[in-house]
Amino acid sequence: MSSSAVNEVSSGRTPARGFLGRSAARSLVAGLVAATAWLGVAVLTAFWSDTPESDWAYTGDLAAACGALAFAILLAGFAGVRFPGLHNVQRLSPWLIALALFFAAWEAVTAKLGLLPLPFFPPPQAILEVVIDDWARLTAGILASFRLLATGYFLGAVIGFVTGVAIGWSRLAGYWIHPVLRFVGPLPATAWLPLAFFVFPSSFSASIFLIALATGFPVTVLTWSGVAGVNSAYYDIARTLGASQRFLVLKVAIPAAMPHVFVGLFMGLGNSFAVLVVAEMLGVKAGLGWYLQWAQGWAAYANMYAALLIMAFLCSGLITLLFRLRDRLLSWQRGLVRW
Amino acid sequence: MVATTATDYPVRGTTLTIREITHRFYLEGQPLPVLDQISLQVGRGEFVALLGPSGCGKSTLLRLVAGLDFPSAGSVLTEGKAIEGPDPSRVVVFQDPTLYPWRTVWSNVALGLEARGLLRAHRERVEDALRLVGLTGFANAYPHQLSGGMAQRAALARALVNDPKLLILDEPLGQLDSLTRITMQGELVSLWQRAGFTALLVTHDVEEALFLAGRVIVLSQRPAHMKAEIVNTRPYPRHRGDPHLAELRHEVFAHLGLAAAW
Repeated sequence: MSSSAVNEVSSGRTPARGFLGRSAARSLVAGLVAATAWLGVAVLTAFWSDTPESDWAYTGDLAAACGALAFAILLAGFAGVRFPGLHNVQRLSPWLIALALFFAAWEAVTAKLGLLPLPFFPPPQAILEVVIDDWARLTAGILASFRLLATGYFLGAVIGFVTGVAIGWSRLAGYWIHPVLRFVGPLPATAWLPLAFFVFPSSFSASIFLIALATGFPVTVLTWSGVAGVNSAYYDIARTLGASQRFLVLKVAIPAAMPHVFVGLFMGLGNSFAVLVVAEMLGVKAGLGWYLQWAQGWAAYANMYAALLIMAFLCSGLITLLFRLRDRLLSWQRGLVRW
Repeated sequence: MVATTATDYPVRGTTLTIREITHRFYLEGQPLPVLDQISLQVGRGEFVALLGPSGCGKSTLLRLVAGLDFPSAGSVLTEGKAIEGPDPSRVVVFQDPTLYPWRTVWSNVALGLEARGLLRAHRERVEDALRLVGLTGFANAYPHQLSGGMAQRAALARALVNDPKLLILDEPLGQLDSLTRITMQGELVSLWQRAGFTALLVTHDVEEALFLAGRVIVLSQRPAHMKAEIVNTRPYPRHRGDPHLAELRHEVFAHLGLAAAW
């Protein structure tokens, strides 16, 4: 019993004394494997010729990009030996390897073997081609979408927040607003679309209205429930210390409700993406949603995939941004969900 | 009125008069009497404990004194004037520390000054209050990082920073472990002696009431009325092993109908 305990202690110690630290070595190995996998993708793309009937212009560029990625992973792996901050490479490497395998398979069944029907399933180099050749139109689309989303979301979030606080705080506001909210709120914002497009002077303003509506409902409901659910002892404390009504709202009710407000902002952001795309497909003649529709009309499936990919990055990026903001503002909370 | 404060300390407390208070709640339309004809006179700088079985309405009485609720009949006066609402000169320390989790210890303590717009001019009072309760090193900690005893000290500092004339203590040590509790009882006595406020303590711990207070009011089951008043003239600091306190404890237990258990 006691001797085995001693063994455990000593064996637990030895590996750390190797030439490289244990985690540094692991990071290096993981980096090497992932880099090799991406080098494999590069070699496969470059030296296995495309199907004879195809004329993909960017096969070489794709191979070069994969090679560059392999080199970057390798560098990060070596850097991880010196800088413990870069040990992330080790954590990421299973994903990097899996992605390499996916790319290799995709490349093989499309460009190299031609097993999947065109134009529905373009190879990766076709998407690269779209991003490089059509970047001006894509950038314009991103900017147009972002402008619409930012305006609508901001308006919806602010109005929803103020309304939520009002319902949660004032009985009168609750009496008048609550029934309207209950009746109109659950209606999907997209149902307003036909009406909005002829009531509003432009499709842009109509879309802002729809996005604001889609954002505003969850923000209102969650802000309201947050304010209504504040521990009444918090108010008692502040009141005995001489707090005014204004102080109770601004310094007690609102900070206490913030965790709920952020859930509302998160749900509202998800809703706003959905409405943005629908509005752009049906009315607004700009933006990534419109680009998707346009690409589909021309059977330009590579363009569609490219736009989808960009959209995924942007939406995910915005959600990440919102969570970062929340982590910052609500650092006092324990056990936050990580995005 | 028995003056129980040590006379060499400043007395800045207020007087408190509770005049024939009766109070009832309404549960599903049915009146539920909670307090029955309670009258009490508390002198400047006195430490009075209200002792009674749990659920007897002690905390309700404190809420009336704090001005958070109003009695169904009767009146509460400080310095001869009726209480019209909460006021920072009468601060409550609740059983639960209820610190605001989104504020650091420092800004929790600063709450009262901030609410009254005095923070800018009196920042040093926050530091003083933190020093008084021994939390100087924890100014930047968040409440979830504190132990129960530390959180309750912070709540005490949040009350003391306002320089209250009446400190209302609603079982403030009820949730602490027995060791922390004993320490905090001693600290409470020395804080009270130094600051000279009037203190009204609700507790169901007989020993705590006798250790801290100059007068112990024994309340009955709900609806609470005053059963007995026990005057404790032992000088501070008191000692738990004091045979006189043991006698008083026996007396209190008898009033609570627990003489057999003694």
